[in-house]
Amino acid sequence: MGSTETPGGGPTPATSATSGAARQPRKRNHAAPAAGDNRAGHAGDAGDQAADPGHGSAFADGLAGGVIPSGAVDVDRPDTDALPAPAGETGWKRSLAGGIAFLRRRMTGDYDVDDFGYDPDFTDNVLMPPLRLLYEKWFRIDTLGIHNVPDTGGALLVANHSGTIAVDAVMTAVALRDHHPRQRPLRMLGADLVFDTPFLGPISRKAGNTLACNPDAERLLSSGEVVAVYPEGFKGVGKPYSQRYKLQRFGRGGFVTAALKTGVPIIPVSIVGAEEIYPLIGNIKPLARALGFPYFPVTPTFPLLGPLGAIPLPSKWLIEFGEPIPTDGYGDHAADDPMVVFNLTDRVRETIQQTLYRLLLRRGHPFLG
Amino acid sequence: MAGLVVLVTGVTRFIGSELAGRLARRPEVGRVIGVDAALPEPAARARMGDADFARVDIRNPLIARVIEAARVDTVVHASASATPASSAARSMVKEMNVLGTMQLLAACQRSDSVRNLIVRSTAAVYGSSSRDPAIFTEETPARSVPSSGPARDAIDIEAYVRGFGRRRPDVRIAVPRFADIIGPTVVTPLTRYFALSPFVPMVLGRDARIQLVHESDAVGVMEHLALKDFSGVVNVAGDGVLTLAQAIHRAGRLPLSVPAFTLGGISRVMRTARLGGFSPRQVESLTTGRVLDTTRLIERAGYQPHFSTVEAFDDFAAHLRPALPASTVRGVEKRITGTLGLRPERAGPNGDALLIGSGSTGPSAGRVGRSATLADPAVAGPLSAGRHSAASGGDVPEGDDRPDGRPRLVGITGDAAGPVRRRRTR
Repeated sequence: MGSTETPGGGPTPATSATSGAARQPRKRNHAAPAAGDNRAGHAGDAGDQAADPGHGSAFADGLAGGVIPSGAVDVDRPDTDALPAPAGETGWKRSLAGGIAFLRRRMTGDYDVDDFGYDPDFTDNVLMPPLRLLYEKWFRIDTLGIHNVPDTGGALLVANHSGTIAVDAVMTAVALRDHHPRQRPLRMLGADLVFDTPFLGPISRKAGNTLACNPDAERLLSSGEVVAVYPEGFKGVGKPYSQRYKLQRFGRGGFVTAALKTGVPIIPVSIVGAEEIYPLIGNIKPLARALGFPYFPVTPTFPLLGPLGAIPLPSKWLIEFGEPIPTDGYGDHAADDPMVVFNLTDRVRETIQQTLYRLLLRRGHPFLG
Repeated sequence: MAGLVVLVTGVTRFIGSELAGRLARRPEVGRVIGVDAALPEPAARARMGDADFARVDIRNPLIARVIEAARVDTVVHASASATPASSAARSMVKEMNVLGTMQLLAACQRSDSVRNLIVRSTAAVYGSSSRDPAIFTEETPARSVPSSGPARDAIDIEAYVRGFGRRRPDVRIAVPRFADIIGPTVVTPLTRYFALSPFVPMVLGRDARIQLVHESDAVGVMEHLALKDFSGVVNVAGDGVLTLAQAIHRAGRLPLSVPAFTLGGISRVMRTARLGGFSPRQVESLTTGRVLDTTRLIERAGYQPHFSTVEAFDDFAAHLRPALPASTVRGVEKRITGTLGLRPERAGPNGDALLIGSGSTGPSAGRVGRSATLADPAVAGPLSAGRHSAASGGDVPEGDDRPDGRPRLVGITGDAAGPVRRRRTR
């Protein structure tokens, strides 16, 4: 998409469907490929963008205690004050400089935001580091089948949803960002309640998420983004602990329609482990109604321990990306054919349910894994 | 062919006067008549160039006589959804906008010479709520239709125009829906809002996307629609998006996030302290973003905006005196990293002047890179002048190049030296 625009001449008449293209956010390398870094399973992104010398993630890595490769020089951009880093400059200094640079970019408004509000600078430097900690240290997530997500082009991930709040969604995003060979950002579709909420709404937009509606889904998919939907919705996150890992109803199949219209593959994703982080043992309906929430959760730790109840239990997680289901062989008006939509929805649901059972067997103990 | 006879309303404002002037310079246009209820200020009159001026209140049926007498064939209603110039009474603004449009449409309906009608509308007709898609096309239905205010006026105006279209199917009608217009000259509540210094209030916990049109693109679109063949509704906005906090930072101000209920009090305090004013309702309307799909503008109407949102904003911000200039922030960063013994980071992906045209980070970065330098006072002058001449393709008269000490904008709208943006003299 970006290659159709000529630098310095303004955008060419758009062949894209969006206002000047929902621009692919410029991908940032999390680490210069060759140097060592302690993020598990990370395959360096060899050919994608010019390597930023610890640029975007330096601050982040410093927080996570990672080792930053220093001394990588960006050969594309001659810059008067970018001398090669002196040998022996330690990681924390690099990350501190990166953090200060991040603050400077924020203070001068010097960052890109795409049409949906996705802010890669903010997401990679502020949101990803703590989530990465959760991913690696707290939930010890094992990701399987990440190669099933294509390297380029759109794909629709369909996953089960659980855990009272949408932690499983953000963990899937971390899995894709860190462990996919192309480090693809994940765009998620959420309920309008998310975007109504102060603080959470704008942060969710900055992370690249948008409303779960067909126009937005189709727009993202046809721009070649990886989009994740959680069709169980509030019924999924709010299901009681006794019903864990039983998939709830999958809605009207709107996500299948979007995939059929844009011809992108559907990839079923099964997430095991999210049910145990906030085991839902009750629901205070009147309070939920008063606050406008779909449910007011009661867990063993919340509201008993107050804010400490917000700490999730450290269950062992497994995320498996299943075989892609192609949607381009169904003919022109397949999206309007309820039978096709129903069959595809059913097939996705079955695949996820079977995979959940298989992963549960594989995991063993929910917390000791 | 004798040439088109064009009637332009709202010539006391920037858009109307600039449009009248540009149309008058076109060879295919024979005559331009600018109308408004008040006399235009000298600056506006100068912008109108060769266009005639007729002092007519369009709420008055006299407008029909003007159309008849001059055999007007193209009517451009540029004042239709214009934001109020000053703190005029709400009922007054509604009268001018809605009733004036009704009268103008009645006059067009009676006339046998009118062939083309362009009515300015606004993207506010889409409303904005969390249940709306992120990006609006012309077909997207509004889910939270505003029930009062300028947005409601625009919805009513569009409804009247549709009715007119049914009664006179022989007339080509184009209705551009503009995103917020911004630029060095135009004065709107939004420009006054960004000119508040050093703090710009925003609602706590919200950071909406905003999309802008540069004033010269706004005029360019109206001119293009007046002369070409497009008919129907079309979204008009610059490419790309800013968030509100980002824009405030780019303007060299600091966002002040406050709970919504305190906005009224803060507005009163700021007015009393003569720090400038803002409307709490306007700030609240900036809590949910609204982004337009401009594919129809580019592909069917055939107009490519010269300024992206970021470029338009930077052009506007270059004429403000920043409370916290980007150069200061960079200097502080250098000093801190120097004291700590760190090697300073490069000037960021976009802040490097050498990045203009660089392909390594992609053209979108390149475009932002060019405009990021506009905010830097050291380079803003020659670059912004260059941008003006490049953008308007030579149509802009010499007066648009900014000389030193350019005159203060004292209300072409009739404001008596109201809150004026302090201009940095270079």
